[in-house]
Amino acid sequence: MRRLLLAALGALVLSGGTAFAQQIRPAIVFDMGGRFDRSFNEAVHRGGQEFQQATGIQVTEFEVTAEPQREQALRNFARRGQDPIVAVGFAQRAAVTAVAAEFPQTRFVIIDSFVDAPNVQSVLFREEQGSYLAGMMAAMASRSGRVGFVGGMDIPLIRKFACGYVQGARAVNPNVQVFQNMTGSTPAAWRDPVRGAELARSQIERGADVIFHAAGGTGTGVLQAAADAGRLGIGVDSNQNHLHPGRVLTSMLKRVDVATRIAFEQARAGTWRGGRQVLGLAEDGVGVSFDEHNAALVTTEMRARIEQARAEVVAGRVTVHDFMSNNTCPVQ
Amino acid sequence: MEALLDTIAPILAATLRVATPLILAALAGLFAERSGVVDVGLEGKMLAGAFAAAATATVTGSVWYGLGAAIGAASLLALLHAFACVTLRGNQVVSGMAINVLAAGLTATLALAWFRQGGQTPALPADARFPALPLPGAEWIAEIPLLGRLLVTVIGGHTAPVYIAFALVPVAAFLLWRTRFGLRLRACGENPAAVDSAGISVAKLRYAGVLIAGVLCGMAGATISTAQGAAFSTDMTAGRGFIALAALIVAKWRPWPVLWTCLAFGLLDALAIRLQGVPVFGVTVPVQAMQAVPYVLTVVLLAGFVGRAIPPRAAGVPYVKER
Repeated sequence: MRRLLLAALGALVLSGGTAFAQQIRPAIVFDMGGRFDRSFNEAVHRGGQEFQQATGIQVTEFEVTAEPQREQALRNFARRGQDPIVAVGFAQRAAVTAVAAEFPQTRFVIIDSFVDAPNVQSVLFREEQGSYLAGMMAAMASRSGRVGFVGGMDIPLIRKFACGYVQGARAVNPNVQVFQNMTGSTPAAWRDPVRGAELARSQIERGADVIFHAAGGTGTGVLQAAADAGRLGIGVDSNQNHLHPGRVLTSMLKRVDVATRIAFEQARAGTWRGGRQVLGLAEDGVGVSFDEHNAALVTTEMRARIEQARAEVVAGRVTVHDFMSNNTCPVQ
Repeated sequence: MEALLDTIAPILAATLRVATPLILAALAGLFAERSGVVDVGLEGKMLAGAFAAAATATVTGSVWYGLGAAIGAASLLALLHAFACVTLRGNQVVSGMAINVLAAGLTATLALAWFRQGGQTPALPADARFPALPLPGAEWIAEIPLLGRLLVTVIGGHTAPVYIAFALVPVAAFLLWRTRFGLRLRACGENPAAVDSAGISVAKLRYAGVLIAGVLCGMAGATISTAQGAAFSTDMTAGRGFIALAALIVAKWRPWPVLWTCLAFGLLDALAIRLQGVPVFGVTVPVQAMQAVPYVLTVVLLAGFVGRAIPPRAAGVPYVKER
């Protein structure tokens, strides 16, 4: 087995390696929801693919389908000499903590959570800033003055999305009414599109005409219900504007693809470092998407206001409250 | 009054939608268990149906072919269940669980292999899904003061499977209690030896019961992926097969009570969705509490309110002809 691995490694050196770059064997462990959730995990997958195409280095992937698999998958990868290993999602925190301690020579990257170990890079995002812009867009596009939010699992991270969204909506229209729903309190809440659609319908029936989801695979149901009712949805993590062209106002981007690619590139160049990395609007780690699919929905005035707000947040003239800093939201 | 109606009507409409797959699955369990075969594989058969419906509708563009494929896929699993339980006289609970595991794995694997979207099928366009049907004569029904608007919102605008599910309840009641086939099927679940001594094949009747369950589960699955949803995704039945099983027990294996219990569970689910984050009498109930209510109610109901739930006497026991 070992000889086989060495042979494979040799082949990689011959095929793609440049003289100075280090040979790495990157791997990704996705979270529940799956690699093609058209959202969060898929963005990481794309980042890995970009790296693979640019360098010819094979990125190994694993999809977790049950909770106990997380630790197993990480340990298997580490044992087989994969390095660095990207663990997607806050739920892998305990698994990464345990496995990183067992394999101190292996480099780990955890997305959306913080693990305090020298061989772990923790990539965190200022989701509240991106959601703030999404909230502004929603309030500007809403005719009824009522907008909605559907979260996946009820955890502080998703409350952080919701809180930023409400702040953004209020910044545009102080009287805007925001309906907030969570899909559930177990990981199954990331993959129940039927329930997502029911939640969206309930908000639409109460008058919401723009609905933002932060619910992974459940969100496909939210966007579907909004499109079916002739209302607008807002995508999350990946650019989801193309799912229902003309019916998705924008997508709150979380550039996990960029974070993944950069982590691999740093590892290859030898500049990889452990510790905490926080990516916000200033770092282009979060943002809102504009493309041909939502061009008809976005006016030049909206675009200008978003640019202005972005500049103000980056310059520090506007601060968006982070729910996770004190587990409360100043607005409802 | 008007405002109250506007709040209640959508909740009732959501109740009917949410209850539909439950009713179909619980009726499925009713036929299987009344014939003497315990069926814990409702969940798996629904999941297989959901996948077959979405996959076929994606490829052919026809929701009705999808429904046909769903019925076919679920019936195949039902046939497997009947073969294991009736012909081979295996343990019925084990066979049912095996079907659940098989369906969960098989649908995810096939979806991944065929559509390359990580266990999902592509989103279905509107014409490959069940459309919402307008209520005939909605304009003049809506004219009726107060009740009219309620009726139009609650009863109108549902997809075909919703109406089919509700229509199937009296059909099932008639078939099981008013026909010779029904009498014999129920006898198989109570006293198969008596059926056998009358010269009627117990095995054939049990196969029939389990196969009818397969057909109904297929319809339930198609409802989930092509009427309520617009694609298949892994494990999308989310335990609805087990809720249906609970409803069947609370309803004491009778068709009309099956309808009422499924509606009650549906109402609770609809309320949980609607009342989330809404203050009730000045208190905002936490999400977690709202979502636990259906399960708590099941336990409470089973623990005493409905009295003893006695299953068909021969359910779960393979029939062995005396020699």
